[in-house]
This record gives sequence, C-alpha cells and structure tokens, in this order.
Amino acid sequence: MTFNWDLVWSSFGPIIGGALTGTIPLTLASFAFGLLLALLVALLRLSPNKVLSAVARFYVSVIRGTPLLVQLFVIFYGLPSLGVKLEPWPSAIIAFSLNVGGYAAEIIRAAILSVPKGQWEAGHTIGMSGTQTLLRIILPQAARVSVPPLSNTFISLVKDTSLASLILVTELFRNAQQIAAFSQEFMVLYLQAALVYWVVCLALSTAQSALERRLDRYVAH
Amino acid sequence: MSPTDPVDASVVLSARGLTKSFGSNTVLRGIDLDVRRGQVVALIGPSGSGKTTVLRSLNGLEVPDGGTVSFGGTGTFGGAGAAGRAGAGTPLALDFGATVGKRGIAALRDRSAMVFQHYNLFPHMTVLKNVTEGPVQVQKRPKADAEADALRLLARVGLADKRDAYPFQLSGGQQQRVGIVRALALKPQLLLFDEPTSALDPELVGEVLAVIKELAEEGWTMVIVTHELGFARHVADEVVFMDGGIVVERGPAADVLGAPQQERTKQFVKRIQHEV
Repeated sequence: MTFNWDLVWSSFGPIIGGALTGTIPLTLASFAFGLLLALLVALLRLSPNKVLSAVARFYVSVIRGTPLLVQLFVIFYGLPSLGVKLEPWPSAIIAFSLNVGGYAAEIIRAAILSVPKGQWEAGHTIGMSGTQTLLRIILPQAARVSVPPLSNTFISLVKDTSLASLILVTELFRNAQQIAAFSQEFMVLYLQAALVYWVVCLALSTAQSALERRLDRYVAH
Repeated sequence: MSPTDPVDASVVLSARGLTKSFGSNTVLRGIDLDVRRGQVVALIGPSGSGKTTVLRSLNGLEVPDGGTVSFGGTGTFGGAGAAGRAGAGTPLALDFGATVGKRGIAALRDRSAMVFQHYNLFPHMTVLKNVTEGPVQVQKRPKADAEADALRLLARVGLADKRDAYPFQLSGGQQQRVGIVRALALKPQLLLFDEPTSALDPELVGEVLAVIKELAEEGWTMVIVTHELGFARHVADEVVFMDGGIVVERGPAADVLGAPQQERTKQFVKRIQHEV
C-alpha cells in the first residue's frame, strides 16, 4: 500500500472542519436539550403522581429499548409520511436530545435519590419550598454524583453523532466518507476520522477529571 | 441576644390532640403540649413512643392526621425587627383535621427551627453559607447583615475560625454546633432539638450540651427530645414522658425524673439510669 501523504494532509482540513461545524455543535446542542429533558423526566419519574411517573417510565423504556439509528430514521424518514418534514439538522438534534433524555434521566433520578432524605428536611426547616430545596440543596449534591455517568453519556454522544451522516448532516464522518468515496482511500480516511474522534474524546475525559475534582472539594477523601 | 421580657410567661406554643398514623401503625394518640416563653421542655420516652414524631410535627416535617397547633403572637425571640418573614411574629392556628396546605406548613416553619440528630448540614456549602442560607435565601435579609449575625453566633459557639470550612472538615460536635447556629440564625420563636447528641462520640456530647444549656439560660424557648436524663434534669423546666403515643406523665423535671408517679415512667427512668 503506497501512502498518499498529500491526501492525508489535505483531508484533515475537511475532517476537522466537520468536527468543528458538525460533530461538536450537534453534540453540545443535543446534550444541552437532552439534559433539560432528562431532568424533567427524572422529576416526573420521582413524582408521586402515578400517571406522570408511568409516562416517564414508558419514555425511558422506549428510548433505551430501541436503536438510536432507528430513532433517527423514524424522525427523518418516517415523520414526513405524517406530514412532518424536518431538515437533517433539526432531525438529528431532536433524535439525539430524545436519546440523551432517556439515558440521562435514569442517571439524574438515581443521583437525586442518592442524596439523603435529611437534606430535604434541612432545606425545609430553614423555610425553603420544595423547589428551592431541590435547586439549592439537592441538585448541587446530585450533580457531583452524576458527573461520571453523565460524562460517559456525553462521550458516547460525540461518537454517536456520526450516525447523523446517514441523514445527510455534514459532520466529521460524512466528510471523511465523501473524500474516501472519491479517492478510494478508505483505510486512510477512516483512520483519520477515528483519530479526530479519539482526540476530541481524550480532551473531554481530561475536562471530566477536572470537573470531578472541583465538585469533590467538599467531600472527605 | 437576651429575651425581650424574661418574666413574660405567655404561651408560645400550644398543641392539642395531635394524632398520627403511619399506615396501620398509630404513633400519636392525642398529644397535648404547651410551651411557655423561655421554657425548656424535654420530651423523653422509649423509642417508638412518638416523641420524635411530636417534635417533627411542630416543624411540619410530619403532618399530623388530627389535632391543632397554635403559636402565640408574641413576636420572634430576637426582639423588634428580628422577625424572619413578614407575619412570622403573628399568631398562628393550624387545625390538622382540616387541610393545612403548604402555606400552613410554611407558617409553622417561620416559627420553629429544627436541630437534627445527624446534623444534616449542607455538605456542599461552607459553614458560613450553611448558616446564612435560610436568612438570605428564604427570609430575604441583606447578605451583609446575615453574615454579621452568623459570625457573631459562630463566635459564641467557638467556631468563628471555621467559617470557611466544609462540614466534612469538622468533628461531629462542631457540626452539631453549626447545626444549632443554623437554627438560631433563623430567629425562630421555638427551637426544636431531635436527640441532638445521640450521634456523637461520648467525649463530644459535653460541648454540645453546654451550648444548649447556655441557650436555655439566655431564655430561648426549646423542646428537646433526648435520652440524656441527667441533662434534662439540669436544663429542662418541664419533662414530658411519652409511651405508646400518649403522654404518660408530665411535670417539673425534678418530679418526673426524681420521683415518677406512673409505673411506666418509673421503669423507664430506672432502665435508662442503669444504662448510664
């Protein structure tokens, strides 16, 4: 196999460009919406209202029990038959947000439950409402517990966004794929794509450790 | 920090006929309790007697099934201008037989504050933040005021130098003293203590009891659930002995603990004293 270095160097541009304009914004937007959704679903799951709790449980079950690729295709290729036509980007963000929402909901629920009941009572005795106690006392403590598992979800999401190439979103993998198809250098291009994903995830792992250290400052070691 | 009127013996709290069941388990069978201004009432009794449930009911941490709780309109302990939230010093009457609602519970919490057995400090906040959280976030007092107050109170319990420490950096006794200061900072009419020394190593019990004793001498109105009968005898004006969800015997501490009239009280006092 002769190595086409010119192709390697000239390909990094579109691949990294695809990461910066596709993969990363898609990941950030989906994770942000997904986390909000997850918090809502977790609170519904914990709600004493049986109907709300059941709805939330059903949602989590469907998301976790079906492939992400199928969820993506239902939204992009399936919805138009119901008259809902969405562009690739909105479709991808909706699908990934819904997916993160399902997985992160269980993480957040478990984290909220891990905070001792006495913390709720302490919030109440100083006069806080339930919402105030949740926001100021419970969630900050739940955040510490949920950072490691949520980081896993986040890092998985970075890689999962490559599936968006299948609904025509221009991102890292789709750019690599197009150059590969054109140049027939599949091995080189896909290894390059893998390398860029890896570097992004490595950077995120480092950020995760820093965040964990910061949140651990009030815990005995 | 002295009582506005130490001879004022008006009733701060009056509870009548409190009942409570958890499922099929009836824990309170009609409890009456009066606490006068500046009075210290010790609730004693075997575990499962309902004493902690009574205490928690006074802070809305349990909601009784029936009975009434009323607070006199004698103002907060800290005197003029010390009232936490508007209305905290006005009379309050709650009938648990009817729906009390969130506002009723909130009104109860404007008037009483709890010190917990396991301290329940906020682990993600410094000592100072733990103390000012209620005054600033709930009572909407200016931060500078609340911090000055908090530091004064922390200094009184010997913890001024711990203002920036996190709870995990403190001993159990220090944590409980912060727990007491957190309750004091709310300027409640009534302080509630739920077995405040039960979770402490024996050598740390003294420092916490000393603080509570000081508060009693200053005239704070308190209800204390405790197993420390020696302490109750020294500090409490009245001792209430509960068993099986009823008040079996009540009276001046020296009488109930020194010369109990009821058989159940006699047995309990004897048993506890043997343990100690």
